Amino acid sequence: MKFNKPVVPSLVEHSLRLEVGFDLVKISGIVDSIAQFGDRFKQRLFTAAELDYAYNTQDLWPERLAARFAAKEATIKALRLSNAGVNWREIEVHKLPGGECALCLHGNVAKLANQLRVQQISVSLSHDGDYAGACVTVLFHINKIN
Amino acid sequence: MTTNDQLDTQIRAVLRDHGHLNKDISALDAATDLYQSGMTSHASVNVMLALEGAFDIEFPDHMLKRNVFNSIQSIRSAVSELTVA
Repeated sequence: MKFNKPVVPSLVEHSLRLEVGFDLVKISGIVDSIAQFGDRFKQRLFTAAELDYAYNTQDLWPERLAARFAAKEATIKALRLSNAGVNWREIEVHKLPGGECALCLHGNVAKLANQLRVQQISVSLSHDGDYAGACVTVLFHINKIN
Repeated sequence: MTTNDQLDTQIRAVLRDHGHLNKDISALDAATDLYQSGMTSHASVNVMLALEGAFDIEFPDHMLKRNVFNSIQSIRSAVSELTVA
């Protein structure tokens, strides 16, 4: 079989790479941490908006905070930033009007994500009993040279 | 007791109380991987906060790395750097 090459061949093909991160947290552990470390724990890990959302329903704050902590850790894993030196507050979980959650990256994490050529990042949170978990997927743009 | 010994004693106390390790801290040497010894990401946050309280330090963002909290010796190195600063 004969293959005709294009007249102006593209030297670079664009490709995407998918990575995933997952984290599971004991909700009672988060409650214990807040009992032990109080505001230091909350303010080190969570943004004001995340705390406002978690505490706007008094009964659900442990689940909400635990799931958000899991989301931040899952994001760090998916972006492979475990040894980058990351401020957890720069990974923020937003609750959207439809009920799903989205991630918003700030500061240094946003800069690193840009350098890593992140195209898309998605999160899913869940909790059941004493466990909360989060799964994060990241699409990276990579160039493939022909 | 050397300064390193004193630091290690305090660090081991923090790990015993907050690390949720699956092994007795006294059985771990300074290079043992703490994550392989049961410390979760959540427990490492507690360890960080407890170390800050114990040594009156604050870990800056660039030191919030898995490998800083990976072992007693890596923690000792970080604490030493922050207590001199």
